[in-house]
Amino acid sequence: MTTHTTPALLPLPASAARTATTAGAALALAGTFLAWTYTDTFPGDLTVTGYPGGLQVLTLVSATLTLLFALAGHGIKGLGWLTPGGTYSPTRLLALGTFVITAYTVVAVIVKKDDEGNLLGLVELEPGAWISLVGALVAVLASLGLPSDQPLDDTTRPHPLNRFLNSLRAPAPGRAAALPAWAEILVIAASFGVALHVFTYGIDTEYAELFIGYVIAVGFGFTALTRAGLIARITALTAKHRNVTLAAALVAAFCFPFTQQNEQYALIGANILIFATVALGLNVVVGLAGLLDLGYVAFLGVGAYAAALVSGSPMSPIGVQFPFWAAVLTGAAASLVFGVVIGAPTLRLRGDYLAIVTLGFGEIFRLTVNALNGVSGPDLTNGSQGIPSIPDLELFGFDLGTSHDVGGFTLGRSANYYLLMLVFTAVVVLVFRRSGESRIGRAWVAIREDETAATAMGINAFRLKLLAFALGATLAGLAGTVQAHVSYTVTPEQYQFAGSVPPNSAFLLAAVILGGMGTLSGPLVGAALLYLIPAKLQFMQDYQLFLFGLALILLMRFRPEGLVADRRKKLEFHETGQLDVPPDTPLTDTAAGTTKAGA
Amino acid sequence: MTTMTTTATTGTTVLDASGVTMRFGGLTAVRGVDLTVNAGEIVGLIGPNGAGKTTFFNCLTGLYVPTEGKVSYKGTVLPPKPHLVTQAGIARTFQNIRLFANMTVLENVLVGRHTRTKEGLWSALLRLPGYKKAENSSRERAMELLEFIGLADKADHLARNLPYGDQRKLEIARALASDPGLLLLDEPTAGMNPQETRVTEELIFAIRDQGIAVLVIEHDMRFIFNLCDRVAVLVQGEKLVEGTAEIVQGDERVVAAYLGTPFEGAPGADEVAEVEAAEAGAAAAAPPADRTPAAPTPADETPADETPADQAPAKADTTETGTTRTEEEEEDNR
Repeated sequence: MTTHTTPALLPLPASAARTATTAGAALALAGTFLAWTYTDTFPGDLTVTGYPGGLQVLTLVSATLTLLFALAGHGIKGLGWLTPGGTYSPTRLLALGTFVITAYTVVAVIVKKDDEGNLLGLVELEPGAWISLVGALVAVLASLGLPSDQPLDDTTRPHPLNRFLNSLRAPAPGRAAALPAWAEILVIAASFGVALHVFTYGIDTEYAELFIGYVIAVGFGFTALTRAGLIARITALTAKHRNVTLAAALVAAFCFPFTQQNEQYALIGANILIFATVALGLNVVVGLAGLLDLGYVAFLGVGAYAAALVSGSPMSPIGVQFPFWAAVLTGAAASLVFGVVIGAPTLRLRGDYLAIVTLGFGEIFRLTVNALNGVSGPDLTNGSQGIPSIPDLELFGFDLGTSHDVGGFTLGRSANYYLLMLVFTAVVVLVFRRSGESRIGRAWVAIREDETAATAMGINAFRLKLLAFALGATLAGLAGTVQAHVSYTVTPEQYQFAGSVPPNSAFLLAAVILGGMGTLSGPLVGAALLYLIPAKLQFMQDYQLFLFGLALILLMRFRPEGLVADRRKKLEFHETGQLDVPPDTPLTDTAAGTTKAGA
Repeated sequence: MTTMTTTATTGTTVLDASGVTMRFGGLTAVRGVDLTVNAGEIVGLIGPNGAGKTTFFNCLTGLYVPTEGKVSYKGTVLPPKPHLVTQAGIARTFQNIRLFANMTVLENVLVGRHTRTKEGLWSALLRLPGYKKAENSSRERAMELLEFIGLADKADHLARNLPYGDQRKLEIARALASDPGLLLLDEPTAGMNPQETRVTEELIFAIRDQGIAVLVIEHDMRFIFNLCDRVAVLVQGEKLVEGTAEIVQGDERVVAAYLGTPFEGAPGADEVAEVEAAEAGAAAAAPPADRTPAAPTPADETPADETPADQAPAKADTTETGTTRTEEEEEDNR
């Protein structure tokens, strides 16, 4: 154990605190096996003794993790690998998480209304809930008696809140001992397995209370694992084996529809994938080349409309039916042309001006499509009606519109489209990665950093910006061709700047910024969060934009580099932690010319 | 008005700027400047603040389109587009460092290789044959350049985290990465201490020895006159004089441009000699060997705003207190 300069928040002997934390966590864990309510009005059936269900499972998992980390704090052999970073801060966080989930459950039960509109009230709680709650509370209080993992950095303000927040932080883990390659790959595979399971659990949550509990559990759990240094360890491994990681991610994504027997949830998966793919395409434009494009969803619309027009839909004014590969090429080509046509005049602008003009073009697309209804313009898009009843695809004799049984699993329509979309996502991931690492990608980043210097290094800035813009547009067009089929219908209202359904320009940009600009996984994570949360919490929909605004402000304040930060961004926003920074530039000699020509 | 003092040239003409004029509205920043740089030459460009040196540089590199005049490189007239100028073979650094701050040191140099590699988007996406080879040879060349300037061990650092002197060096390496025939350096030693300045001096000589002609703007006169085969003086947008260090230092107009014309009753050579004598008496241990006893020239003391009137009391102070003596000695001995 390291020496601690800061005393614990509660003056308890360390060993007593450790024991009490362990006991509290064990009590909370035991409580989840008892019944929590008398009534089954509350969803998830918490009435069964010996079989945790619904929110009890979340408390169970959280309490188990707390117990594990508390035991690791005892120095028990075999658990040391859990805590390469901090030991006590993850315990504290997990205890806190367990308590919050349990307390949330208790409150949710109390305020739940039964069929007649009466609150369930305190009377409906069985002792099991109280046992877990008390256990969790004991664990939280006792964990406050555990020492801090790192000394208080700001001793001038020993405010209790500062001390509390500091007690939740931990130093970064040191360098890991190298494992054999197969073991490292196994760890990566296992991590993706766990990640897939957690993600699937989130999608499968059937009622809002469970989803909120899930978000609380994931939030506390992820933070705790970060503090424990496990996330840093896994990140180091994935950075070491990048191809393995990509393959593992692809396999995990491929497995997802096989875990879904519910058509509705598989559809959420397919839509997340579409959203994420478009966000990744936008990341080429915004993250790499630094061009703020506020009308990006228009390119998705162009691709979707192009695919819908040639899909053979009876409502399509063109009335031709292309095979799918030709439709994909048509959609991509149409988006490419639009990208070049819009980019060529606008990319001579920089910064804010570009953002405003692209915002305008995005709206022009929607208005134009609305106007091409045969009344105010030639009939090309059916105006605001859109193009409905887009037929399902049939690839290689495989009808994507019907269910298929594959190896004992039933793949419904949405699952079929999910798998099709996964191919497109893989293509976009490949394009993003390969272009980003190439000479072209370096030129994009150089333009983002300093356009004048980039041109002075021989980079044709306009041409490369147009290339980024056109490539981004093409990728969005690709995703659009699938989106048209998934949603049966394309209407102009799907492609707004800001709307309630995620793939719109504002949300795409939010996904990129939230996830982490210029990274591969950032937009994927950001898109998944931005789609899943409103899809699961229907009651939030009225306040959706407000809440996203709030989330973005908080993120910019506390983690400006996004959820997934690349090394570069991390250093950009957090100056400290780099050892080679000199305190200041060397002083100049009195006689040496320090004057700067103002010419 | 312009005195042309041509020195013996050592090769073909690399850069030929003739009659370059740059007007911003009513302001003429550069007026009819002619300048040639020959292969294997280091040419200096000096002038007081606001003389139009950087504007002239920007005209040469295509960042500004000159109102009049033309710039040709090795016989071909350059189009006023920065990337085409770089492609033709002129690389530059900036007065205020303009590195790609959030890219690594190696990536910065690799960006400099941009014009000398051809691999496009398709080549990168499909990993066409030749992509790997081109990428590897770019990296190899970039590492060579980092070795050359002495930053090879910092290849993976972010450019923004380098110390100031290293950032200046990296900018030079980045410029060299485009395999230029002419390197334009805009105040490469601004803000450097004497040691760093000397290292930069050696670096520029080494670059010249690779067959790259150098045109350099600098305010440090000692640096410029040590370094350059020829020096051109720009004053208020016009070229005043061009020639070897001696010619430029001896030119009265240059002295006047930097120091102003002496007013009636200003301390002249007699007073300076008097002070020198007092100095020599006071500090016998360290005789000021290389101070010219005659009228001070700009070559001796760099800060352009110091008039002789200021200088004499300053030196008198030194002799009395002796506090800054060591500093001056150190500077004299370099």
